[in-house]
Amino acid sequence: MAKKDRMSGNEAVAYAIRQINPDVMPAFPITPSTEIPQMVSTYIANGDIETEFIPVESEHSAMSAAIGSEAAGARTLTATSSCGLALMWEELLIAASNRMPLALALVNRTLSGPININCDHSDGMGARDTGWIQIYAENNQEAYDNFIQAYPIAEDPRVHLPIMICQDGFITSHAVENITLEEDADVKEFVGEYHPEEFLLNPGKPVAVGPYSLSCYAMEARYNQAQAMENAKEVIVEVAQKFKKQFGRGFEFFEEYKTEDADYIMVIMGSAAGTAKQAVDDLRAQGKKVGVIKLRVFRPFPAEELAAALKNCKAVAIMDRTESYNTHGGPLAAELTAGLYRAKVWIETVCYTYGLAGRDFMVETVYDIFNELEDVVENGKKVEQHKYVGLRK
Amino acid sequence: MRTDISKINEHSPHQDMTEGLMMFAAATSKQFNTGEWRTNTPIFKADKCKQCLLCAPVCPDSSIPVVDSKRADFDYDHCKGCGICAAVCPFDAIEMKEGQEV
Repeated sequence: MAKKDRMSGNEAVAYAIRQINPDVMPAFPITPSTEIPQMVSTYIANGDIETEFIPVESEHSAMSAAIGSEAAGARTLTATSSCGLALMWEELLIAASNRMPLALALVNRTLSGPININCDHSDGMGARDTGWIQIYAENNQEAYDNFIQAYPIAEDPRVHLPIMICQDGFITSHAVENITLEEDADVKEFVGEYHPEEFLLNPGKPVAVGPYSLSCYAMEARYNQAQAMENAKEVIVEVAQKFKKQFGRGFEFFEEYKTEDADYIMVIMGSAAGTAKQAVDDLRAQGKKVGVIKLRVFRPFPAEELAAALKNCKAVAIMDRTESYNTHGGPLAAELTAGLYRAKVWIETVCYTYGLAGRDFMVETVYDIFNELEDVVENGKKVEQHKYVGLRK
Repeated sequence: MRTDISKINEHSPHQDMTEGLMMFAAATSKQFNTGEWRTNTPIFKADKCKQCLLCAPVCPDSSIPVVDSKRADFDYDHCKGCGICAAVCPFDAIEMKEGQEV
């Protein structure tokens, strides 16, 4: 029987890790993800799990050790945030190109500078082209549920790619909310045991991992890696459906909240989706046809699926919790507008940047955004295509 | 997915590549003739050599074969011509010569 409890997001992910009992965890502490390796260390010290914890001297070493451990044949994970993820940069790409299905609990925190420890998505979004699968959570429950789905996605033979399970720093990682926890045995059965086909510590079956590749091989390897990311789409859907069937929760690529008849839709990721949904409830009570799409999977990017979900609305607000410095919108805005264009969905879009470095995102801001979208469609109001909300002017 | 990597070459399509370009074999570096990189070449003077064996362990490319406790001539398929062996030889039994040819 599943049980009700209350936990922070970090506690929820550590709890999932205990239930999975992975083989190796190299990690280096950084706010706000520090609690995850700390809690896992406590589980290890108390004899609850057999995970080998490797205290390393930096995040670059954490990711290097994780790749080595995964290559050796051990189910591996690590956790980090912000500058820690940035220091892993070089190795993130190696983990993906070596096709290592390891997991990373990312607790999203802004990248410096100005130096700041609070939530935005600049760390995860900066790593969006490293070849990792990225799944984002709205709350502690989703962080827990997504972590349980991490290995079944990453280790699927059609995929074999590393996976980042992301939650918003402090807002989700440290706030205590209600949660439904599944039985240890049910989680273990869902995740299954790890039996890699090829690994280093396999006597009599030698293998070399990550060899130097000349120009005559590297492009074919990259193409195959991109195909694996394409395959991840069907596997993510299968795993989400299996999870929902067994535990009764979850979404595939995104959650559609009151969008069926909506004229105006906000596309948003992470904890701010909760704020957006509250605002939608308030505006619906006033008769406004508004809705929210909460994007769960950013890599692979479900462009066709999003375009299909948005094709009947009049205008969409695309919300980025990071700055791309490209002068025309954040990464979600850039990728989604490109997806709409390619699918020939000709609707109004406005790209909003919000919540940088922990700036609060309020329901009033969401009201203003929906009003502005209505003004664009009904009154032909001209708005900047890329603008900040919550900025003092 | 374990495949015969000797069948993969620079004309193979992407479908034939191993996952992550993993190589299912051991000691494959022997097949890579790093001697082609050589711009200077050590010449072994057997008549001056006292078989002290100072040279063999310092070779970074394992290109000085030792057979029955005696060094043999260089493995020119893999020697990169770094000259460390010539520098450590106390008997002038290794002479560095310009160029790749022996």
